[in-house]
Amino acid sequence: MFDPPGPRGRRRSRIATVLAVLVLAALLAVAVRRFDAAGQLDPAKWRPFLTWPVWRYLLTGLWATVLAAAMTFLLAAVAGLGLAFGRMSSFPWPFRAYIEVMRTIPVLLLIYVVLFVLPAYGLDLPLFWKLVLPLAFSHAAQFAEVFRAGVLAVDRGQAEAGASLGLTQAQNVRMIVLPQAVRHVLPSLVSQTVGLLKDTALGYVVSYLELLQSGRVLANFNHLLIQTFLVVALIYLVVNASLSKLARHLEARSARSAR
Amino acid sequence: MSHLPALVDGFLTTLTLVALSFAGAFTLGLVVVVLRVGPLPVLRLVGTGYVETFQNIPLLVWLVLFVFGLPEIGVRFPLFTTAVVVISLYEAAYVAEALRSGVNTVARGQGEAARALGLTFGQSLRHVVVPQAARRVVQPLGNIGIALTMNTSLAAVAGVVELTASANRINLVEALPIPIFVGAGLCYALLAAGIGGLAGVLERRLAT
Repeated sequence: MFDPPGPRGRRRSRIATVLAVLVLAALLAVAVRRFDAAGQLDPAKWRPFLTWPVWRYLLTGLWATVLAAAMTFLLAAVAGLGLAFGRMSSFPWPFRAYIEVMRTIPVLLLIYVVLFVLPAYGLDLPLFWKLVLPLAFSHAAQFAEVFRAGVLAVDRGQAEAGASLGLTQAQNVRMIVLPQAVRHVLPSLVSQTVGLLKDTALGYVVSYLELLQSGRVLANFNHLLIQTFLVVALIYLVVNASLSKLARHLEARSARSAR
Repeated sequence: MSHLPALVDGFLTTLTLVALSFAGAFTLGLVVVVLRVGPLPVLRLVGTGYVETFQNIPLLVWLVLFVFGLPEIGVRFPLFTTAVVVISLYEAAYVAEALRSGVNTVARGQGEAARALGLTFGQSLRHVVVPQAARRVVQPLGNIGIALTMNTSLAAVAGVVELTASANRINLVEALPIPIFVGAGLCYALLAAGIGGLAGVLERRLAT
């Protein structure tokens, strides 16, 4: 949207770059001053995060996050696949209703139901499931839409060719349609997983000891609230940015192979 | 149902949260996307860094950091303001991404033609790209609005008494879980349907 700049343009953009860097540096300086004035940059407040016990505790939390995310992924993917084919069947409306309703209801509301309503009816789940079940119910609807998009993207001739080879409908779906559909949606599945991993932070609400809840427990113990939560945020950033990068990589690869 | 007013209060709080945060997210997202598609490499880097940082850290972590962390460095805001700011900052990253993919769907030749006519970056953005991109970003922005509505429920965790929190509180007193939670769920569905409808109307309006 802009030409390669000429000499005057280059000079102008150099000036603008210097100005932008100055403004950014000033903003950063203000933030650092504030942290320093409050004593939050004191090395003694950061040193604990160079010790193994603290990291072991946080990494245990990360492992619990990964476990919860993996179980949610498994349940939501299987249920989502069922919902997607249900919605494309000759009797779509209950599946459609489930998907449309679940896509507008906050996960937190579902978690409150599991947390405060089900025990009143004598159903008190373990903490892990109190987090995973609401997440799975909610994400199943999103997975369903991803899978449906994938199946619709597979050329109809593929299924017709399968049928003319004498495959049954189930064989056709399993051997012809699904493998291609999954390949189509692989990048979206990975970015769904980022969203799912972020939602496991709701373990904070059900007090399941995943990464964020571990951070809270640690901060209560060492009274280093800002430092602890900044480190927790950094761990989330590293994990999710790697996943996002993988999604972009897959997308670029499938774009290449489609050509 | 003597608690109905409390539920209505919660609904109105959610509505205010949604409206203010969306306005904030849209404004900030606009700024970020201009940085990201603009000609200065430094600012492009800043825009990309912003989007990556906010998209890859859970909203709840941001809320906890701002609500409990800021007072520790002597910055104090009312809880509701903090919630609006955090949700705006977080959703702005998604708005920026939606706007960017809208800009990218405008055929490259359009930008080149604008350049060939001698328009500057700002002019080609204003007269050529934005009018064409506007219509294509309405649906994605509507979806972000719906996601934002659901995300405002996280403010309950930080202590804002919005719809989810008030449903939970009423249930603790009344112990009538099914009507209360179904009612709250319906309110959210209604809000989402409203946003979806609004996006549809807007899209048709921009279709000319």
